[in-house]
Amino acid sequence: MVIEQIDAQLPGVIADRHAFRGDQTLVVAKDRFLEVVDLLHREGFQFLVDVTAVDWPERSQRFDVVYHWLNLASQERLRIKVPVAEGEAVPSLVSRFKTADWYEREVFDLFGIPFEGHPNLKRLLTWEDFPGHALRKDFPLDGGDPFCMEGCTAPYNRGERA
Amino acid sequence: MDSIALTKQQLDGDRMIVNMGPSHPVTHGTLRIVLELEGETIVRATPEIGYLHRGVEKLGESLSYQQFIPLTDRLNYTSSLMNNVGYTLAVEKLLDVKIPRRAELIRVLVSELARIGDHIVCVGINAVDIGAFSAFLYLFKQRETIYDLFEMAAGQRLHTSFTRIGGLMRDIPEGFVPLAERFLVDCEAAIDELERLLTRNPIWHDRTKGVGAISAEDAINWGYTGPCLRAAGVPQDLRKAQPYLGYETYDFDIPVGTTGDVFDRYLVRVEEMRQSLRIIRQVLDRLEPGPIIVDDYKVALPPKEKVYTRMESLIHHFKLIMHGMEMPVGEVYSATEGANGELGFYIVSDGGKNPYRIRVRPPCLPIFSSFDAQVNGCLIADAVAVLGAMNVIAGELDR
Repeated sequence: MVIEQIDAQLPGVIADRHAFRGDQTLVVAKDRFLEVVDLLHREGFQFLVDVTAVDWPERSQRFDVVYHWLNLASQERLRIKVPVAEGEAVPSLVSRFKTADWYEREVFDLFGIPFEGHPNLKRLLTWEDFPGHALRKDFPLDGGDPFCMEGCTAPYNRGERA
Repeated sequence: MDSIALTKQQLDGDRMIVNMGPSHPVTHGTLRIVLELEGETIVRATPEIGYLHRGVEKLGESLSYQQFIPLTDRLNYTSSLMNNVGYTLAVEKLLDVKIPRRAELIRVLVSELARIGDHIVCVGINAVDIGAFSAFLYLFKQRETIYDLFEMAAGQRLHTSFTRIGGLMRDIPEGFVPLAERFLVDCEAAIDELERLLTRNPIWHDRTKGVGAISAEDAINWGYTGPCLRAAGVPQDLRKAQPYLGYETYDFDIPVGTTGDVFDRYLVRVEEMRQSLRIIRQVLDRLEPGPIIVDDYKVALPPKEKVYTRMESLIHHFKLIMHGMEMPVGEVYSATEGANGELGFYIVSDGGKNPYRIRVRPPCLPIFSSFDAQVNGCLIADAVAVLGAMNVIAGELDR
């Protein structure tokens, strides 16, 4: 199992862990995230399936950036969560996994989480002037007034351009 | 917007900017590609997506688990039934519910029909884009039959919403199985005709061989799944690798290519259609009467006659509609083998009526993100072939 490997080679790196319905989840601090990624890559987790995020506004570290890995040889799956506060950047994985490029742009677009070292960090699904970040919990479901580009008084945006 | 808009330097330089899309016949859906050309060679391709972004994940956070099913229809709308199946499997994993055997069999049956339908669109349209019109017509007759079957089963041809959490909306009607049996024979013949038109066609070879070739390592690094990954030589199919719905009990093969080019992707898809026909044959042989939804009224609605006659069922009905299911707190990721790759659903539940976060992992997003690398140094005509073979479905790409 790769989790034992991580424990043995990088002691103390796993801040929290849980298993639910057969899904293994590890929580890793963002400073040590790249060490874990390199170890995973060596251990055969070469398929980065998905990158996404979850917003928990009441927590001090507001966002969980969620990565899903797959080991093609053993068909093992692993989920790694990296908690970050608003405005904090997560190390980009584009240099290791090309597939991270658009996924990270999407997370940046919809949650406003910056990725450090991303070569082209621009919005992916919404347009450049889009006010706010759509998947944050405090973004209104009806989008407020998305066509209002300047002088917008919607509460999520406080009149600033995003 | 600096990479999209024409800068002074780009206007003055040798490069020509060609805009493909957002509504161009080969984009199938709405996406835009800005091509920078030197002569007729593509130097850079910048895809711009999001024209079909409807905020499906955001909407899911304010809908109950059952209410999200119709939204899954609109992801990959060429094989909407497989999205229904993939989503309900994810919720069932969260609930830890085992569905009845007949429901499993029918889900496999309709999923494989949807897979054939999706591959027909992909292969047929790819051929049309390149200039081979007739293959499309032979196959679309079969696609009509598939939609007739869906209409019989779900009452809808395109937006099926056929599955329910814990089973199916209803049983397949009388007349479904005979039509499916006839379809097996007709479709086999139509695939033979398609292969006679294309597989040994020298023009088809010239247009597709070596175009969009990708190595297995690159394909994995780019996050390829589905036929595009298998065409590159990686035998990864979730139906075999991580079986669900009892796929491990069926006898079928995984076709694998070698070079990953458009021709190999075509061959893999054609062979997958034949393998799907084999699976459908086995399902039809195994079908026997039985319940099609779980007998747990905390998950699935009780039958109408019980609701009208028994107090307890009426209460269950009311509780389910008004308060939803009792969801455990937790998170699951469930993946199924969609027609164009791994279709994943990541659901975070906080125990409420609605999912706290619902994430769709679209198969074609990582594949399409490699478009620039795929067409660099090719001609515009090759870009058209590559785009078709990637099977980019904008509804799923943008969500």
